Amino acid sequence: MKNYDKLVTDLAPRKFGKRGVTWTIFLVIIIIIGLIAYIDQVIKGQVVTNMRDYALWGIYISNFVFFVATSFVGSVTVAVLRLTNNTWRTPLVRIAEIISLAAISMAGLTIMIDMGRPDRLLNLFIHGRLQSPITWDVIIVPTYIALSFLLLYFPLLPDLAILKDHFKKTKPKLSKWYGKLALNWKGTIEQKAIQGKSIKIIAIMIIPVGILLQTIDAWLFSTTYRVGWDSTNMGAYFISGAFVAGVGALITVVYIIRRVRRLENYITDYHFDKMGKFLVLACLTYLYFNINEYLLPIFTAPVQEDIHLNALVSGEYAPIFWFAQIVGLFLPILILLFKKGRKPLPMFIVGLMVVVGSWWKRYIIVTPTLLHPFLPIEGVPESWHHYFPSIHEWLITAATLAMSLLIITLMVRFLPVIPIQRTADEQELLETNTNTES
Amino acid sequence: MENNNKNSRRKFLDKGLKLGLVTVIGGIGLTKFASKLAAKPFTNSDDSMELMTTDGTIIQVDSSEVMEMDLPKNKDADYNIREGIPNRKFVMVIDLAKCKNALKCVSACNKHHYITGDNAWLKVHKMQESRDTAAYWMPRTCMHCDQPACVTVCPVDATFKRRDGLVLIDNERCIGCRFCMAACPYSTRVFNWSEPDYAANEILMDMSSEHHSSPEFGGRPSIKGTVDKCDFCPHAINKGELPHCVTACPNGVFYFGDKYEDTVTNGEVTLRLSKLLEDKAGYRLLEELGTAPSVYYLPPTNRLVDFKKGLDNYKQFESVEKPAKP
Repeated sequence: MKNYDKLVTDLAPRKFGKRGVTWTIFLVIIIIIGLIAYIDQVIKGQVVTNMRDYALWGIYISNFVFFVATSFVGSVTVAVLRLTNNTWRTPLVRIAEIISLAAISMAGLTIMIDMGRPDRLLNLFIHGRLQSPITWDVIIVPTYIALSFLLLYFPLLPDLAILKDHFKKTKPKLSKWYGKLALNWKGTIEQKAIQGKSIKIIAIMIIPVGILLQTIDAWLFSTTYRVGWDSTNMGAYFISGAFVAGVGALITVVYIIRRVRRLENYITDYHFDKMGKFLVLACLTYLYFNINEYLLPIFTAPVQEDIHLNALVSGEYAPIFWFAQIVGLFLPILILLFKKGRKPLPMFIVGLMVVVGSWWKRYIIVTPTLLHPFLPIEGVPESWHHYFPSIHEWLITAATLAMSLLIITLMVRFLPVIPIQRTADEQELLETNTNTES
Repeated sequence: MENNNKNSRRKFLDKGLKLGLVTVIGGIGLTKFASKLAAKPFTNSDDSMELMTTDGTIIQVDSSEVMEMDLPKNKDADYNIREGIPNRKFVMVIDLAKCKNALKCVSACNKHHYITGDNAWLKVHKMQESRDTAAYWMPRTCMHCDQPACVTVCPVDATFKRRDGLVLIDNERCIGCRFCMAACPYSTRVFNWSEPDYAANEILMDMSSEHHSSPEFGGRPSIKGTVDKCDFCPHAINKGELPHCVTACPNGVFYFGDKYEDTVTNGEVTLRLSKLLEDKAGYRLLEELGTAPSVYYLPPTNRLVDFKKGLDNYKQFESVEKPAKP
């Protein structure tokens, strides 16, 4: 019982320290600046961006793809590890679910920022046509948001009930909220049966939906005639890329939360070792599809594609391309193959590298293709021949990233980041086991 | 006992479901079969007619099969804007042998569509496939494809294909996602990144009488955050006129016409489309993509004017002339 109390106090949400408050204010400021930039964009039109008729999509779209990719962590870690009965997932799943929900929500918002006429958003429903990949996105993104939310919420129920009791005396108001959100959870056998079944259904559902989400995201590109997009490899390539981005983000966030909340006893080196192996699996899969995407065309690439590939490998985009490949893929594989590389701190650095590399990788997928059309770029100002985001685009994109981090921060503030009930159950199981053995 | 109960219920449900499925499939099959049985064979009235086909051969047809065609009363004026003018199929032929980059087509297009941006709808490209092949001037309009990639990907049906061949844009519906621009392999489409600056371009005055909000009047006015492109000038076609690029060209490069009538004209001569394409070995741009354009090109052979003459007019970074700043 004493253990249990300690567990609850350890894992229950805690007030922000000084660092927490500063961090939150910092994020809010970035969001406000981005909001101002966006309002300016709505008033003046997208002329404030550096997108033009040739580079007609920019970092709004690549950022959208990045968010979608990151949200894949929910289906991969939570659902797949659950169905394969990998018990090491316990202290990590909640964080994965939070990242997933934050990322996919922001993906939905980011795609609207790219719209020239956000005031006509409802046309997507009034005049929607099923043949357009955008309509597929309109269907799949809310579905994934809903499923991610449920996958976060259902396992939370017992914990919310615990928190309600925990804060009863100290913070009655907060306790009341937890009580309402716990939906009258009492931990009876019936409730547990319903909960278990619901979670199982969602965990099974979210895998195909997650794969569909990534694939549709890839089809946004591969349903066009464009050089570099018109590839049958795209779906699998995006799924494996999402696997990498998602697990990378998970490791980074887990490390920070572990340090800030001092959860070293719950998230141990063992967990990092496991996550490292998981990430290296992801990276190797992604490497395979990268070889398919960039190495194989060397043999049969038509002239247009050759120009495109050369621009990536040795031309205008070579610095970003190689940064994304080396920092986001090759180096992580190398580091993670060593046991020392899978300790928490090196893993944190690898996670950061992977996330930053993944972001720029999306940029390299979107931009260069648009600047390699079939007919020559002529009759437009010289600046239209190149693309680099404008200040407006950077501010707005930074705001979307900050907003996703704020969602994560607030959830960490108010929710138990490690499932309390589950951890307690597992510890109890361990103790009874050792008792019988000795 | 309870277990048993559950089992029998499951069995019942299982069987019920299967039975239901069989019934549905059987029902569909039966109705199909019945409709086949009920269909009447053609009643031969023993009364045949002699008719002439479009290529001039006389054929005999049973008179019961002859039906009167309902022609629209007012063929050219009374039609649905999204359906297009009935029984027409507009095509264009661009004779590259005649083009010397005079750019009159571009300025006429810009003027009549009130283009104020930096990217014209109609452009003349300087083309040279490889170092050893000939350079030539290639005007590029919208191809008005019969398999338009832009229409397929539009999520809201803002850009649409008409039966008369035109691909138009409803600027009141477009949400500005620019997917159509990404899909178009000819880079034809132009986005209104900001509110069009008519005042600075001194075309505000004569435009006020030209304000339409119909897909048939592209660019009048252009709407911020939506996509524009070459529209084959339906506003001119309706009046029985040729598109502005056709009439503006001093060299007779552009032919416009109707594929069903098999005729095209550049304003001076009217030619049979099929014969023209056969004689001059006409082709379509990026045929291998399968977009089936409505614009045909005639190869740049036997040119009257040297390619280099066109270089005087060539501007790599400008397609819309701006008024000189005071």
